[in-house]
Amino acid sequence: MTTMKEKPMTQTASANGLERPERDFGEGFCLSGETLQKFDREIAKYPEGQRRSAVMACLALAQEEIGWLPRKAVEAVAAYLGIPPIAAWEVATFYNMYDLEPVGRHKLTVCTGLPCALSGGVHAAKYLQEKLGIGLGETTPDGKFTLLEGECMGACGDAPVLLMNNRRMCSFMTPEKIDQSLEGCK
Amino acid sequence: MAILGAIQPILTAGLRGDALQGYGADAGWRLADYAGRGGYAALKRILAEKTPPEAVIAEIKASVLRGRGGAGFPTGLKWSFMPRSLPGDKYVVCNTDEGEPGTFKDRDLIRLNPHAVIEGMAIGAYAIGANRGYNYIHGEIWELYKRFEEALAEARQAGLIGENILGSGFSFELFAHHGYGAYICGEETALLESIEGKKGQPRFKPPFPASFGLYGKPTTINNTETFASIPFILNMGGEAFLNAGKPNNGGTKLFSVSGHVNRPGNYEIPLGTPFARLLELAGGTRGGRKLKAVIPGGSSSPVLPADIIMDTTLDYDSIAKAGSMLGSGAVIVMDETTCMVRALERLAYFYHEESCGQCTPCREGTGWLHDVIHRIEHGEGRPDDLETLTHVAGNISGRTICALGDAAAMPVQSFVKHFRDEFLHHIEHKTCLVPKDVQWAGSGFHTITQQVSA
Ligand SMILES: Cc1cc2nc3c(=O)[nH]c(=O)nc-3n(C[C@H](O)[C@H](O)[C@H](O)COP(=O)(O)O)c2cc1C
Ligand code: SF4
Ligand code: FES
Repeated sequence: MTTMKEKPMTQTASANGLERPERDFGEGFCLSGETLQKFDREIAKYPEGQRRSAVMACLALAQEEIGWLPRKAVEAVAAYLGIPPIAAWEVATFYNMYDLEPVGRHKLTVCTGLPCALSGGVHAAKYLQEKLGIGLGETTPDGKFTLLEGECMGACGDAPVLLMNNRRMCSFMTPEKIDQSLEGCK
Repeated sequence: MAILGAIQPILTAGLRGDALQGYGADAGWRLADYAGRGGYAALKRILAEKTPPEAVIAEIKASVLRGRGGAGFPTGLKWSFMPRSLPGDKYVVCNTDEGEPGTFKDRDLIRLNPHAVIEGMAIGAYAIGANRGYNYIHGEIWELYKRFEEALAEARQAGLIGENILGSGFSFELFAHHGYGAYICGEETALLESIEGKKGQPRFKPPFPASFGLYGKPTTINNTETFASIPFILNMGGEAFLNAGKPNNGGTKLFSVSGHVNRPGNYEIPLGTPFARLLELAGGTRGGRKLKAVIPGGSSSPVLPADIIMDTTLDYDSIAKAGSMLGSGAVIVMDETTCMVRALERLAYFYHEESCGQCTPCREGTGWLHDVIHRIEHGEGRPDDLETLTHVAGNISGRTICALGDAAAMPVQSFVKHFRDEFLHHIEHKTCLVPKDVQWAGSGFHTITQQVSA
């Protein structure tokens, strides 16, 4: 991926104007020792010579550490696993839950799939847009919330459902419960 | 959600879970609880008695367990395709990548009975001669991926998986692999690609996974519920399991009921139970509104109008006869306030969004389907649009690498067939046949307030 070479920089700005100045994504970029230890635990799940299998988990762990997945992190994962950068990049771009652009501190994914739409999913999405003053796919100006529309999360019986930062599934999200959950977000 | 009701439950006997509480409130999923319900007895017995693998497979065949992931293929038969005497690595893989709109049963199984899945996979490995397995878990249910890993740690500590299990000489390593937001990874060969660390793009078949699977080795893939059924079948006997259902449709099955019912959730009922009985268990339609249509087997199965589904029993053969598929057992209920054009538009969007893009008919066709339905829904339909839809859907069907293409075409064909009037009305009058003031009246926020017992 030599054509994708970036100038060293100490911060990154994206289309939505979010900046995370605390990280150096230039030549000096590296992932934390703790994250690398977690990588090793993932790699150990696969047979000898199949380190590549851990790429999905490692990308998710890198994103967990940084808050999103800058190209430098994808390259670091590739280097650690001994695979070409493009192989990791292909995975990062194929799966929806990787954020290749900075997102707000709290990424909220609301499901509007048909089963959910029949049971408040669309209403919840609308309520969130009004409450946060942003549209789907947007981030609040203070960088606190990003709101996304999601596809089926395998939880349609709990509609409306909201996935927080890819990690916590919130069920039966009526306006009152949405209010409560957002208040709990720092 | 939780298991909200059951008729003669097998897999979820003694389990409920509280629909309104979070995962923290769950009880009964740990190893000690499962063992208390008779868990791991089947695995221990097989290993102690050195039951021939062929005998295990014969018992599964006798149960007429059919795959719970969608296609309904007989599990015993699938296992018998494995070249078990072939030297070298073989794999057993569980498909918990549940992302078919309407389906949420595997989430509850991992949530409430993860050890049944582990035991089922270990028995499967023994039967097909595999020593390593993976459970691929939908990325969105992260908390349950973590729970499954915890259950694995318990089983490993107790010597129920790992090297030389209980001194039997049989070894089986099992790990969890998470997805990260791609519906297509539920397709078995895309899932294998994904475990290999690649984009989840389905492979051409043949070769089938039984000869060329994970890392190119013989592999058996089954759904979570399929594996969870295995220990119960071996404990109660294949014939008893078969008799719990009906001929050619063995056992009980989890049905995920969503949409316009009072108590959306999972229900375990014998195959062959009338749909009307399930609707009743799920609390009937909201506000007592009239039933309009039901998608009986997940969003990829053809929709059935109320009068047909109300006369149908829930088993593979009856639903097929009624013109649809039992699929994953995801029952999506729509009442009279539903605009069928808008409902289909949302489904079409899903398939377009989730097409992996490998085959032109699917990649382009799903986009076309969505565009045309979108314009009909938005009052810009053209007189020949229904013809276009049928034509595009027909051109996708059977011309793609995987079944996602058919899955995208079937809803379109069935919606247009059964609700043609509504589509025509949208095109001719630029408005919906369902009066504006009641449209989607049943679709607002809804909370289950009452716990039920069967
Ligand atoms: C687009 C697509 C998505 C699928 N999603 C799932 C899924 O989420 N879970 C599942 O078990 N099977 C899914 N399947 C079916 C699998 O390919 C496979 O048939 C199944 O896992 C086999 O298990 P079974 O025989 O136990 O049903 C899907 C198939 C297709 C074509
Ligand atoms: S049918 Fe669609 S999803 Fe399946 S392989 Fe082809 S393009 Fe991909
Ligand atoms: S459609 Fe929303 S979780 Fe399934």
